[in-house]
Amino acid sequence: MAQTIAAPAAGTEAPAPLPLKAIAPWALFVGVLMLVLLYFIGAEQGATSLLSGTDVHEWVHDGRHLLGFPCH
Amino acid sequence: MNSLTIRNLLVRGMLAGLAAGVLAFVVAYFLGEPRVDAAIAFEEGHSHDHGHEVEVVSRAMQSTAGLATGVLVYGVALGGIAALVFCFALGRIGRFGARTTAVLLSGAALVVYLVPFLKYPANPPAVGDPDTIGQRTALYFLMMLLGILLAVGATLLGRRLAPKLGNWYATVAAGAAFVVAVGIAYAFLPSFDNVPHGFSGTLLWQFRLSTLGIQLVLWTAFGLLFGHLAERVVTPARQAVAAEPAPVAS
Repeated sequence: MAQTIAAPAAGTEAPAPLPLKAIAPWALFVGVLMLVLLYFIGAEQGATSLLSGTDVHEWVHDGRHLLGFPCH
Repeated sequence: MNSLTIRNLLVRGMLAGLAAGVLAFVVAYFLGEPRVDAAIAFEEGHSHDHGHEVEVVSRAMQSTAGLATGVLVYGVALGGIAALVFCFALGRIGRFGARTTAVLLSGAALVVYLVPFLKYPANPPAVGDPDTIGQRTALYFLMMLLGILLAVGATLLGRRLAPKLGNWYATVAAGAAFVVAVGIAYAFLPSFDNVPHGFSGTLLWQFRLSTLGIQLVLWTAFGLLFGHLAERVVTPARQAVAAEPAPVAS
């Protein structure tokens, strides 16, 4: 009986927060990189174009429609 | 040590996002693609200039490798972002363990997806005026950003109200404030009616339902998988004692 009470209590114990100073550099560099990826999947050669042509748009065309981005 | 923990969580977030992306791709291919094809057939039947556009990428590639690229990169990128938000949220949003935090985060991501979707829903090919693509894209992302800011605001409001109202009523009040704020934004932002005459209502509904199915599968899979992986990163000692025999040095 004591065991069944002790086990979930250990599981629901809230972990200590990770320090913001340790998160910040990862959030900045990786976060920006991820947003750039999302931009190329979601909007490049649609609303705005960094690259000329329509290759990127055509390649991810179906994904753009099905992921809910405005495509054209 | 903490930076290492964050790196481990980030890598697992991106891997969980990739795996969730694979499942989302299966849903997109089997539920979404038939509707995309039907919409393209309508578009070609009703195009004003009857000359065919030059096909840069074939339909066969768009519906397989192209779709996979889109969905998998989307999964990895959002998995990484979700892992970063998880690093911040863990231990800060209440007394929740890693798995519960991951699932709550996935739920929040679905809400953030739904906020722009209800105003600017996903459109199949043939629906949408190319002349307004810039405006629609800007409004879509504006609405998403607004959803994120309002969700953060509602969370802060809920935490502030909790001592006075108790957890349950504080959460209800914060949720209601969120819904009202989003409703006001819906009322004031412009709408678009781009559905061409004769386009099947059933097809439009099935297409949009399939896009919601993709998100539901993506985030459910991500929340459960990342929660499982994150739990092992956050509490490695307990896991090792509970589940594994003493590791042999390799």
